[in-house]
Amino acid sequence: MPQGRSQAHDVAHRTRRRRRLAAVGAASLPLLLGGCQLPTFYGYRGQTSQAHDEFLLYAGTVIAAIVVGVITGGLILWSVVRYRRRSDAMPRQFQYHIPLEIFYTAVPIVIVLVLFGFTVFTENKVDNVSPTPAVAVKVTAFQWGWRFDYTNQRVFVQGVRTDNPDPVGLNGSTCTASAPTPNDCLGPGLVLPVGQTVRITLVSNDVVHGFYVPQFNFSRYALPGVTNRFDFNVARPGIYRAQCTQLCGLYHAQMFFHVVALPPAQFDAWVTGSQPQPDQGTVAQPAVGTGGTSGAPASATLPTGATGAAASPSSAAGGASSGGAPTGPAGTAPTASSPARTTPPAGSAGAARTTPSTASTAP
Amino acid sequence: MTLLQHRPPAGASEHPEHVEHHDEPTFVVKWLTSTDHKVIGINYMVTALVMFYLSGFMALLLRVQLSSPSGIGMSLQTYNELFTMHGSLMLYLFAGPFAFGGLANYIVPMQVGAPDMAFPRLNAFSYWLYLTGSITMLLGFLTSTGAAAFGWVAYAPLSTSAYSPGPGADLWIISLFLTGFSAVFTGVNLVATIFYLRAPGMTMWRLPIFTWNMLVTALLILIAFPVLTAAMVFLWTDRHLGTHIYSVAGGGVPVLYQNLFWFFGHPEVYILALPYFGVATEIIPVFSRKPVFGYKGLVFATISIAALSTGVWAHHMFTTGTVLLPFFSLLSLLIAVPTGVKFFNWIGTMWRGQISFKTPMLFCVGFLLAFLMGGLTGVMLASPPIDFATHDTYFVVAHFHQVLFGTTVFAGFAGLYFWYPKMFGRMLHDGLGKAHFWTMFVGFWLTYLPQYVLGLHGMPRRVATYPPGLGWASLNMASTVGAFMIGLSFLIMLVNLWVSWRNPVPAGDNPWDGHGLEWFASSPPVHHNFEKLPPIRSERPTWDYNHPDARTIAHGHGAADRELVGAGARGASGTGDSTTDA
Repeated sequence: MPQGRSQAHDVAHRTRRRRRLAAVGAASLPLLLGGCQLPTFYGYRGQTSQAHDEFLLYAGTVIAAIVVGVITGGLILWSVVRYRRRSDAMPRQFQYHIPLEIFYTAVPIVIVLVLFGFTVFTENKVDNVSPTPAVAVKVTAFQWGWRFDYTNQRVFVQGVRTDNPDPVGLNGSTCTASAPTPNDCLGPGLVLPVGQTVRITLVSNDVVHGFYVPQFNFSRYALPGVTNRFDFNVARPGIYRAQCTQLCGLYHAQMFFHVVALPPAQFDAWVTGSQPQPDQGTVAQPAVGTGGTSGAPASATLPTGATGAAASPSSAAGGASSGGAPTGPAGTAPTASSPARTTPPAGSAGAARTTPSTASTAP
Repeated sequence: MTLLQHRPPAGASEHPEHVEHHDEPTFVVKWLTSTDHKVIGINYMVTALVMFYLSGFMALLLRVQLSSPSGIGMSLQTYNELFTMHGSLMLYLFAGPFAFGGLANYIVPMQVGAPDMAFPRLNAFSYWLYLTGSITMLLGFLTSTGAAAFGWVAYAPLSTSAYSPGPGADLWIISLFLTGFSAVFTGVNLVATIFYLRAPGMTMWRLPIFTWNMLVTALLILIAFPVLTAAMVFLWTDRHLGTHIYSVAGGGVPVLYQNLFWFFGHPEVYILALPYFGVATEIIPVFSRKPVFGYKGLVFATISIAALSTGVWAHHMFTTGTVLLPFFSLLSLLIAVPTGVKFFNWIGTMWRGQISFKTPMLFCVGFLLAFLMGGLTGVMLASPPIDFATHDTYFVVAHFHQVLFGTTVFAGFAGLYFWYPKMFGRMLHDGLGKAHFWTMFVGFWLTYLPQYVLGLHGMPRRVATYPPGLGWASLNMASTVGAFMIGLSFLIMLVNLWVSWRNPVPAGDNPWDGHGLEWFASSPPVHHNFEKLPPIRSERPTWDYNHPDARTIAHGHGAADRELVGAGARGASGTGDSTTDA
């Protein structure tokens, strides 16, 4: 906005000049929305196509806000400096200026209508759900953890609040080895393929949670009684920190998860269980351990008959699914836990394949 | 209007026996038993200020915990209780009651030239409900399971008995019953006072803007607070009577709570903001020595804000996936229009004025700048995609603190500095007031600007700890330092009150060359406020009386005389009818 900045100094003098400046601000918004090298204004450019659309709207709105803010703030400061009391002379006691009043009512209406147009345009893109998603993940939020069901592959990942990073990383490494900081790996990992449309189906078992991935510029409530659906098209591989944002009780601050975006081939290898996990050493630790006290990260290969064991964490952690029994703030709270990625062996059909769906029956 | 028949005619001499007529109790008994709107108003303000200081102290504890990633070892439960009570005290027990119970109770009857509120005993009842409600909420800290810990919005099902057992939550709910009824009664009282107790000549288009805004606020209270009370009744019956209004298991709908709450909650934002817009609109003209610019447009803007505010509640629920995004987005964006109009009214009032920067005016300038940034980020949040990216992060925290702090604290304390001389007949020290302002002003920006950045980097609100290594610690520390500067500034204010109490400087009746009728009364005003009234022929009768040759020029271009109508017009020969184009 070089025009806006250069004119911002002497905006206070004439209505006409202000009008011209506002017109420049409004007209440059679509141009800027089309541009790619905008400053980030402390936001994220976005790692999904939806997030990038949001970013363009965000950056354009910030620019418009800066223009309006500089003009209005400049007028305030100008008045304060220019018209400070210098004598006892009585100022002219004028009260109305109808053309000016119409002007300063009409211009904001135009600005917000333009903004509204871009908002609807972007919102339709962000909220659009594809009829044919490549991967479908059902995300269940509960006090205080996450469960990610890969409904087509019959695999799930579940973890509760923890300080132990999930093992899945990029290029066969551990998460901590491939993430920007080790703390980006907190909580269970939502493994997604890059370049494919991923459908997230979001539900909650107990209270309201917030599914929020900062670098996806997106959050959505996990509301009990409501099923939310939205798509991600992740643009590039990476580890993206994420967290619950809606106050959900005592351990809300520790309800982390993270997104592991893998190239499609690597994702397929992971989801079918053929890619060995970095610390596969702890084998066959039942996923029920998530509700208990085991501290070590466990990547468990579920035995064929472990249907019940896989189902239990969900019901143990989700208070509402066990009949809404009172869950004291400290009482049933898991104190330490491990994220568990459980995949049925490739050959074991039957009970293990149905595990995720039975375990994830919503309240 | 019948009450006013016995009023002495304008300009008549005092009737000393009228004053002696009231043998009032003194001191404690007076504060406990009075139905005088001025006494009740001061009761309200003192109680609200106690809540403000308590809540501010809680905020400092929260900021200390957040100053480093792992904090100072405050337990999660304590942290959750503290931010819940910080928000609840500030919003339910300070910001609203300070405005419509305190300032409005004191000022509105005086500005319309009335001897008291329309229903004095209801007014006293309202205060006692408020006081008991406030104590009820604070009692939560004394229970074995602690105070309410579900945030000031208390979303179901987190606030139901399954997830928030214990009496702290019940006390919180009961407190909202009590203060909710208190607010409704005060709203009724204000509406009746403004409609029926205006002095002769005080037409609606001559009401001072503060009174106009309080009228609109009172109507909003009557629209919004019953819905909150209903939501709380449902919540209470879910907790105790086994209903399932908010529980999925029993066929209820949790998101209903959010709809009900925000149907109250967003008008509530304007219930908190409009009175303080009114305060600023009283102060800026006085210190600019000009009439308020675009008076009628400003009134229409206020009414538009109120009307729109009843249709925007779901912008708090954009991320629920259950609301019609374009509708609520458009209405929310449109609120920016009347709000923008107000900004130009304030700027136009200062334009070509003679602005003196006494403490109240400084606070108003602080309000303008704070509210400007809070308002602009509010416009951003009205856009659902941007809200998706920032919802429930510190971006939102910074936004609403800039709006609410800007209005309730900057403009609210501007009002306190402005009307304190009227209430107590003594001045506050201007130098200390300015020290208060500058410490607070710097602290304010230092506190909230880093929070915008934190939010954009993804820091969620209501977290007691955050992971190290994400670059958040220094921003949080800056925010904490700013918060302590704000805390320091309010210690300076306490010193100021102390100085004013120990070494009174008499204020006189009209220390600021004020505009409204309240400046025509003595300081502090006598029992029924006025012994005489000036002719009322504009929204600033005291100014017209004191400056007969500096009357308002109705329209900017011409020097046409203002049409004189109403009861006060004909008898005002002494004050001069000619308009002077200075």
